[in-house]
Amino acid sequence: MAQKVLDVKDLSIDFDTLNGTVKAIRDVSFHLDKGETLALVGESGSGKSITVRTIMRLLADNETITNGTIDFEGKDILKESKKEMDKIRGGKIAMISQDPMTSLDPTMNIGNQVAEPLRVHEGMSKHKALEQAAEVLEEVGIPNARERMRDYPHQFSGGQRQRIVIAMAIIDNPDVLIADEPTTALDVTVQAQIIKLLKDLKDKIGTSIIFITHDLGVVANIADRVAVMYAGKIVEYGTVDDIFYNPQHPYTWGLLDSMPTLSMNSDRLNTIPGTPPNLINPPKGDAFYARNKYALKIDHEKQPPFFKVSDTHYAATWLLDKRAPKVTPPESIQKRQAEFKKRGEADHD
Amino acid sequence: MTKYIIRRIFYLILTLFIVASVTFFLMKFLPGTPYSNQAKLQPSQIAIMNQKYGLNKPLWDQYLIYMGNLLHGNLGTSFQFNNQPVTQLIAHDIGPSMQIGTQAMIVGSVLGILLGAVAAIKKNTWVDSGATFISILGISIPSFVLAVLLQYYFGYKLQWFPVALWQNFSSSILPTLALAAFPLANVARFMRTEMVDVLDSDYIELAKAKGDSERKTITHHALRNSLIPVITIVGPMAVSIMTGSLVVENIFSIPGIGNQFVQSILTNDYPTIMGLTIFYSFLLVVIILVVDILYGIIDPRIRLGNGGKE
Ligand SMILES: Nc1ncnc2c1ncn2[C@@H]1O[C@H](COP(=O)(O)OP(=O)(O)OP(=O)(O)O)[C@@H](O)[C@H]1O
Ligand SMILES: [Mg+2]
Repeated sequence: MAQKVLDVKDLSIDFDTLNGTVKAIRDVSFHLDKGETLALVGESGSGKSITVRTIMRLLADNETITNGTIDFEGKDILKESKKEMDKIRGGKIAMISQDPMTSLDPTMNIGNQVAEPLRVHEGMSKHKALEQAAEVLEEVGIPNARERMRDYPHQFSGGQRQRIVIAMAIIDNPDVLIADEPTTALDVTVQAQIIKLLKDLKDKIGTSIIFITHDLGVVANIADRVAVMYAGKIVEYGTVDDIFYNPQHPYTWGLLDSMPTLSMNSDRLNTIPGTPPNLINPPKGDAFYARNKYALKIDHEKQPPFFKVSDTHYAATWLLDKRAPKVTPPESIQKRQAEFKKRGEADHD
Repeated sequence: MTKYIIRRIFYLILTLFIVASVTFFLMKFLPGTPYSNQAKLQPSQIAIMNQKYGLNKPLWDQYLIYMGNLLHGNLGTSFQFNNQPVTQLIAHDIGPSMQIGTQAMIVGSVLGILLGAVAAIKKNTWVDSGATFISILGISIPSFVLAVLLQYYFGYKLQWFPVALWQNFSSSILPTLALAAFPLANVARFMRTEMVDVLDSDYIELAKAKGDSERKTITHHALRNSLIPVITIVGPMAVSIMTGSLVVENIFSIPGIGNQFVQSILTNDYPTIMGLTIFYSFLLVVIILVVDILYGIIDPRIRLGNGGKE
């Protein structure tokens, strides 16, 4: 069995707001295996960013972690001292942020910015750190990196800046790389280049990656496993194949249906009707109940536990309960499942 | 950059020219005449004096003569101070003014920056509220009121500092404080706003994510980024110190050019008023120019112009 680098258990997070306490993350558990890429998907506001920022202990002023542990190298990140945390950040766990246009210090040249983690974590001399920064910048594909070390962020394009941010993140060989929508702010061709770069780097340095994205195409391309979040909870997780071809939670169905695909040649995009519930008073039952065409009565009353679909695949929906009536998923999902079955049989032969 | 500076210097000269012209004509409409004992003078005596000072010539000629002299760095001679050249008067009295002006500038900006930075770092705590309170006081109390208050408490009551005597460094402390309060408050407010924004920015978050300690994120990233926009208010700060000094010098009997300016206005000493106005304007436009150039040097986004590729 693969070794876990990161193990998040029962994480719950509240935000104090003027309207009341927002229960933004509710009992989230997941783990990250060594060398794997885990994609975190879900609608806007489902709590993806908050979850990963908590792994880095980057909390907002009004944020409280009410429950949970994050096990990393045998210790609970949530209990580390400030000083220990500074060591972990950027050293063992690094982050790539969403908007490369705003995530570099406009008044510091890129050489110094990229070298900073080495200076902080390895206590490396400036000269040596800069030397290594130049190498990494070359590695991530900045042309003439050596000559451009003294240039400032505004002298680079968006795609180049994201490469610089990536260089900054990988320079100290992190065990875990957190990428929160690293390509959302870029245009399509550049997106593809950055995804390719991340894939290459992953193969080369063997980092484990948590990858947040809205783009299911990217998930299929880069991820090994997927966790689907809805309203502050994980509702389903499994391998990419599990989620794409054998999805069980109606929310995952909706999500997959809203994904433009070439093979299914559907000419319209289905968005999931309705909006997520207000998390100041989260619903007693399944948070997706109100928007769920396939909802059962019990969904309204009781939170569904995780049901095991396979060794790798779990989903939190009452539909998987033995007593539940059989429902037929939407046609598009049936097609996916049929294909999944076919493959499974092919594998057995 | 050089082209930019040359262009700016051209505008600077143009500005001074306009200031000189406007003041020249405005001043001619000041009520009264330069002669303190006008009533006792015979018309013939006045005529002689007017001739002596060139005041009988047509306005236009007076203007041309004045501007001609100005080009040669000659600001004319004072009416009241024993016919001393105005340039000499300025040179003689500039010392104390420069001293308190510079001191006020330094105290105002350094303390203002510190206060603003601390307020931003401790946002929404009592420290922040305290800083806001100080800023509001500093902005709303005019410098002359503050001057009188300081004079009364620390000069007269407590006798820590001289009341109105220009002697040594300790005489400069109260006037410096009186002048520094407004710029200090302004800088603090501005700095706080900037720094709150910066501390909230993505690159500060990413700096933390890189492992920078809280202290290092502030010293290496947040301070410089917040300071750059603060540089822009140094110009207005200089203005408030200059105008404040007119009254503050008077209150503390400081023999500086601010005091002299007030005297020259009270006595219709045209050449001195003109000379000082032009001198003040000159100082001001030079400060603004220097600030703009500094801004360009410190902010890489401006320094490099559009030389980078996008
Ligand atoms: N500082 C805060 N105060 C109050 N509520 C917050 C705060 N930060 C986040 N939230 C709430 O927490 C929830 C989760 O936010 P989060 O940023 O993790 O969403 P997300 O899944 O990353 O969405 P997106 O895809 O748009 O990035 C949201 O409903 C948001 O309103
Ligand atoms: Mg997010």
